[in-house]
Amino acid sequence: MSKKIIVLAESREGALRNVSFEAIAAGKKIADGGEIVSVLIGDNVSELGQELVAYGADRVITVQSEKLKQYSSDGYAQGLLAVLDEENPEGLVFGHTALGKDLSPRIASKLGSGLISDVTSIEEDGGEPVFVRPIYSGKAFEKKVVTDGLIFITIRPNNIDPLPKEESRSGEVTSLDADIKDLRTIIKDVVRKATDGVDLSEAKVIVAGGRGVKSEEGFEPLKELADLLGGAVGASRGACDAEYCDYSLQIGQTGKVVTPDLYIACGLSGAIQHMAGMSNSKVIVAINKDPEANIFKVADYGIVGDLFDVVPLLIEEFKKIKAS
Amino acid sequence: MNIYVLMKRTFDTEERISISDGKIADDGAEFIINPYDEYAIEEAIQLKDAHGGEVTVVSVGSDEAEKQLRTALAMGADKAVLINIEDDVEESDQFTTARILAEFLKDKEADLIIGGNVAIDGGSGQVGPRVAEQLNIPYVTTITSIEVNGETVTIVRDVEGDSETIETSLPLLVTAQQGLNDPRYPSLPGIMKAKKKPLDEIELDDLDLDEDDVEPKTKTIDIYLPPKKQAGRILEGEIDSQVKELVQLLHKEAKVV
Repeated sequence: MSKKIIVLAESREGALRNVSFEAIAAGKKIADGGEIVSVLIGDNVSELGQELVAYGADRVITVQSEKLKQYSSDGYAQGLLAVLDEENPEGLVFGHTALGKDLSPRIASKLGSGLISDVTSIEEDGGEPVFVRPIYSGKAFEKKVVTDGLIFITIRPNNIDPLPKEESRSGEVTSLDADIKDLRTIIKDVVRKATDGVDLSEAKVIVAGGRGVKSEEGFEPLKELADLLGGAVGASRGACDAEYCDYSLQIGQTGKVVTPDLYIACGLSGAIQHMAGMSNSKVIVAINKDPEANIFKVADYGIVGDLFDVVPLLIEEFKKIKAS
Repeated sequence: MNIYVLMKRTFDTEERISISDGKIADDGAEFIINPYDEYAIEEAIQLKDAHGGEVTVVSVGSDEAEKQLRTALAMGADKAVLINIEDDVEESDQFTTARILAEFLKDKEADLIIGGNVAIDGGSGQVGPRVAEQLNIPYVTTITSIEVNGETVTIVRDVEGDSETIETSLPLLVTAQQGLNDPRYPSLPGIMKAKKKPLDEIELDDLDLDEDDVEPKTKTIDIYLPPKKQAGRILEGEIDSQVKELVQLLHKEAKVV
């Protein structure tokens, strides 16, 4: 049975996030031929609408207000609930991002619905969608179905392929006036993280360091390599505990769970709690002085050696590839 | 301040996971307080020490969670409540847990409710915001610092590495992110004292709920382990030729660069 699906799009610094396009593709898998309506909340976001159409949205609704310039769960919930009131969809798809994680449980609770979070793939069984998600931070997987009410999911960035962008697709972009009332939480200040650019959860390439990095300065070559490859820097719990880097970089069962195309582990032994957070990466490279290190058991390619010798050489070689 | 902490008992992070009869096998596994909930307990105790009041730790689960509740009491919480659903609830999801907690909390006049931002087993991170929504109080997730000044609360939260400073007010629900504090280990006197602290056990009946009220909205139909990864290739030779080979492999074979 075809279903109308609302997909929440997200923009950051004036550009749509990739996960929004992935969410449209996820919506299509659930919709069974039904309409995909993408919702964009913010201030001055209407010009982004056409891009959502190019990625497969049938229609786009923007909710704009000065009060929605920055995300707040109060503001966004009011905006989105106004849309849901009008549209009565059968399903909802958000990205499993900071925003999606914060907002989706509230909306689900308000609607009295279930919510399947952090979905990494969508299958089908007898015409109904089946959602695959990691549990125990990727040590296992579960398949879930909705038994009652709305189909509501959040999808993990970087796992579901977006549809190809086609400028020839057409769809209406409309705006909805929502009266945004008092916000109970007010953002006073935002300090951007030191490592700007790519977010860990969305990065295609991650260069991660463990205790072997030895110091805060030791992360510099890793950062240079990550920048060169358009990726992000991550770390093990050991490196964070030793204060070589901020906890926001931690990958593992406590910390972030990531699935980049390429994971380069430097001076990282491969504790179970760390491996849970990265072992589902597509290609894993391990660089470690200790040939017995656990990390080699999950690595596709390994170099036994000192990361401070290997990483600078890697930077040189990658530069050659980039130049050619 | 009247503070409530939401706590879950989880597998130790060092445990390997195996499956028997379509379920996660827990024979002989070590269980711990969900690490993010440990930050929540520590923060609650620190806030109580600074502002006075009482800390109650509440968990939805079975008899077995008593051990972790005692640990929370040994850390310094004043009271613990186990909402034992073992006999009443066959299947549950986050809707179930949040509904039960909200029903329990609705008449407790909590000033502050603290939970972990996510449990390391199910990993959905839903229960905190769901409970706040049902209690109609504001919430802030993934916090790394909190200061309470009368009714005003100033919070720093982690947003994918950025730090947002937020102003809000009590009553409030927050969820803990790593970096909020360093949870203490229970001291020996703490462990002795914990034995005498109240640990109440209640059931759905005591909350005027029946099984239908908390029936889950989603269902797990399969649990499986990820395919075991083949051991990869350890490169050989001089370091610089290994590096050259690696870059070629990533470029031509794996095609990721």
